Amino acid sequence: MQFPILSIIVFTPILAGMLILLIPGERRDEIRVAALAAAFIAMLLSAWVYFSYDTAAGGYQLVEQYDWLPVLGISYHVGVDGISAPLVLLTGVVMFTGVLISWGIDDRPREFFAFLFILATGVFGVFVALDLFGLFFFYEIAVFPMFLLISIWGWKVTREYAAMKLTLYLFIGSVIALVGGLAMYFSSGLNTFDMLALENANFSESFQRFWFPFVFFGFAVLGGIFPFHNWSPDGHVAAPTAVSMFHAGVLMKLGAFAALRVGIMLLPEGARFHMPWIILLTLVNVVYGAFIAMVQTDFKYVIGFSSVSHMGLVLMGFATLNREGLIGAGVQMFSHGIMTALFFAVVGMVYDQAHTREIPKLGGFARVMPVTAVAFIIGGLVSMGMPGFSGFIAEFPIFMGLWRYQPWIAIVAVVSIVITASYIMRIIGRVFFGQLPEEFVGHVKDVTALDKVALGMLSIILIVVGVYPTVMVPLVQSGVQNVLRLFGGA
Amino acid sequence: MFSSIDPSIVLAILPEILLLLLAVIVLVFDMFLDKAQHRNLGWLTAGGLGFILVLSLAVARPGTESELIWGGMLRHDWLGFVFKMLFIFGALITSLFAMDVRDLGHRGEFYLLLLASTLGMNIMASASNIIMLYIGIETTSIPLYILAGFFKTDDKSTEAGFKYLLFGALTSTVMLYGFSLLYGFSGTTDLYALAQGLIAGELPLALSLGTLMLVLVGFGFKVSVVPFHFWAPDVYEGAPTPVAGFLSTASKAAGFSVLMRFLLAAFPPDAVPYWTAILAALATASMTLGNSLALAQKNIKRLLAYSSIAHAGYALIGVAAVSQFGITDVSRFGITAVVFYLVAYVITNLAAFGAVAAFWRISGSDEIADYAALSRRAPGLSLVLLVAFLSLAGMPPLGGFVGKVFVFAAAVRANLVWLAIIGVLNSIIGLYYYLIVLKVIYLYRSEEEDKPVPITRPYALALVVLVIGIILVGTAFAPWFNWADTAAASLF
Repeated sequence: MQFPILSIIVFTPILAGMLILLIPGERRDEIRVAALAAAFIAMLLSAWVYFSYDTAAGGYQLVEQYDWLPVLGISYHVGVDGISAPLVLLTGVVMFTGVLISWGIDDRPREFFAFLFILATGVFGVFVALDLFGLFFFYEIAVFPMFLLISIWGWKVTREYAAMKLTLYLFIGSVIALVGGLAMYFSSGLNTFDMLALENANFSESFQRFWFPFVFFGFAVLGGIFPFHNWSPDGHVAAPTAVSMFHAGVLMKLGAFAALRVGIMLLPEGARFHMPWIILLTLVNVVYGAFIAMVQTDFKYVIGFSSVSHMGLVLMGFATLNREGLIGAGVQMFSHGIMTALFFAVVGMVYDQAHTREIPKLGGFARVMPVTAVAFIIGGLVSMGMPGFSGFIAEFPIFMGLWRYQPWIAIVAVVSIVITASYIMRIIGRVFFGQLPEEFVGHVKDVTALDKVALGMLSIILIVVGVYPTVMVPLVQSGVQNVLRLFGGA
Repeated sequence: MFSSIDPSIVLAILPEILLLLLAVIVLVFDMFLDKAQHRNLGWLTAGGLGFILVLSLAVARPGTESELIWGGMLRHDWLGFVFKMLFIFGALITSLFAMDVRDLGHRGEFYLLLLASTLGMNIMASASNIIMLYIGIETTSIPLYILAGFFKTDDKSTEAGFKYLLFGALTSTVMLYGFSLLYGFSGTTDLYALAQGLIAGELPLALSLGTLMLVLVGFGFKVSVVPFHFWAPDVYEGAPTPVAGFLSTASKAAGFSVLMRFLLAAFPPDAVPYWTAILAALATASMTLGNSLALAQKNIKRLLAYSSIAHAGYALIGVAAVSQFGITDVSRFGITAVVFYLVAYVITNLAAFGAVAAFWRISGSDEIADYAALSRRAPGLSLVLLVAFLSLAGMPPLGGFVGKVFVFAAAVRANLVWLAIIGVLNSIIGLYYYLIVLKVIYLYRSEEEDKPVPITRPYALALVVLVIGIILVGTAFAPWFNWADTAAASLF
């Protein structure tokens, strides 16, 4: 038997979380060290998974399968392909940097890390699940800790409202998708929840057309699709820094990924039928999200809406259903995850010092926290899709795919880049340069070394993928091949 | 005549015999034990029930073939057996919860009544004759009426007992009337000959359906399904909390065991489609009304009462999925789902009521607002409530999630997609009010937050067992499912 690395990745966080709960609450440093150690192990293992994936062989690798409930065809079945491997790495990185940045949390750190790690287990589980039941199982595990994390440690003004809104939105989505999943299970007649088997179930055309919206939208709610994106900026803003990073960086990918894996891959005919109008919704995401981001005055809301806009690009890439679009979407999930984690980390650092996020009240922060400013600028360049950064590697293929699909959509969507540039420039100018306001002089300190390590890691990854795309693109390409074979190899 | 008794049929009613024996032992100890030692009656009862549980699992298991025993009065099958074990487990946990409650745990009568009621439930679960069934239901109910009103000096408890008695007596009378009509129309009291008798009597469908409706009133009361639910919130609120926990779990499960057996055994096939339509309607009403009314509750026991009404609705989805009578597979899956759901629900709800009782013992309050900052006062107890409430809401990796998935799956499989959709929408309302309680516990501050909430040993033991159980049912669900499936198979 091969080494069960994926299972170890999935269960390391939750076991660490349980162990952390056993440490007495007042021994805070031990709790933090234990959390960091677990996160570090998970990150190393996820990097190992990423680099050991054999691109030439393609398909699902590192597969493990055990019976769970054989009577109903439920098994514990995990494996990674070229699309999920980068996402596993993403989760590992965000988890580690998230723990670094949460070092200063003083209110019940034990529970905080325990809940965060339960969430991480759910996320890892969804990315590697090859069994539909397992996917739902882990998906819901990833949803509910969010409620506690936001409502306990979040921003006092909106946390109760935002936590409840987010949880209900996501839960509605997932249970609707669940009904669709059950329908697939029973109508396939194969008596299995195994997604690899369900791919070959040959569902009738009318079945696929009927159920595709249930499954796709059920999951895409978490991907922030218009008009169900509403929970996301509120949630991002109310969440504490590490949770915002996790939430925007990883959790939204979870929705997009599950929509791809269950919606598009299991119901390809349904996807082909519905995508022409869904792509218009994603266009609204991209352009409208960018416009809304532009008019926000709250730093964190700007980033929140920019996530809506960028996730729109991911879903748009899916909706093209062609090679370029899908490759771009795959890279964008990774790139946006790292980038937005970086952004939220920066926002958190600025807020911790300034105690305000109103952009007009800020200024001159580059002088007091130079590393943070540089990191934000790197993230900003990624977000604008500048060549040399990962954003370019991700967005360029998406627009290529769009052009192949329908040129005018590509033209409209490109507008978003201009708008993005405008709001990113505005933040860089207003927050990091200019005069440091009087009341901050002397109060505002630089960030800690741990914070700098986290920012450095995230920035370097963005640059590496941008400068040397071979580290990721062939991998995603092989994953896309895996999707396209279900569309007759188109 | 006793010489002709086959030892295997004595073995079949071993749990009942031992329960009776245990009741006698408790009674004797109650008389001769020193007053200060009376709390130990709880350990005696719990230990005895644990012994019965283990011994029955070891030697009293039914064979693969179900058989009618004791002159056709009882049916020795897996459905009955699984439920019996569930009742005994529920009573075990309840006696642990009751031990440290003032005016409850020191009274021998309490344990005696608890055991008598459990005995009645065991009879209910295996009765195959409507007379035996009625005796079982009454043996269950009468001790419960007294238990609900056990705090004699507390007005609310007295009210609860009396209200429960009135509702119980009324519905039981209606049900008994139904039973007598059934006998009149079919000429038999044997559950398994009833359907044949009704068909042979060439009874018009409307008449047999009407009679069955009368019977349904009694069952509906037991499982507290809308519109027979009115008693539940008041009784749960007033009754001693451990008793309320027992009412909402074991007693409800007993109702379901009878409901399923009756549905599959006694119904003429042509009445089944109507019957399932009625059940689907009741399930819808129960889920929707239970969940909506729970939203407005300020008292945690009333909230749990409405939530338990809603849960009766979810379980009924599975019963309603027994619609295509001819296709055994589909019906069997429905029953399996219900049994699994009830196992998960009983464990979960006991944990919830146990935690509520533990808190009440210290604070004397059941108001949700008083749970503020509980996570700072008692992190362990808060974690129990977190696990229990999330399981009730249907979150993995907890038992409630798997139970809900199976029930909804049963509905989808029986082409009742609309019912599954109503179910999932309802579970969202449910999630909302469970989260509200968790928010109070974890988020809100209170002036008393430096006062700890000490937990006594019986509570700690029972709650730890239940939490482990909830997680086990939710993760290693294969053995539980196979159990439920064997139980379901014994009905066909």
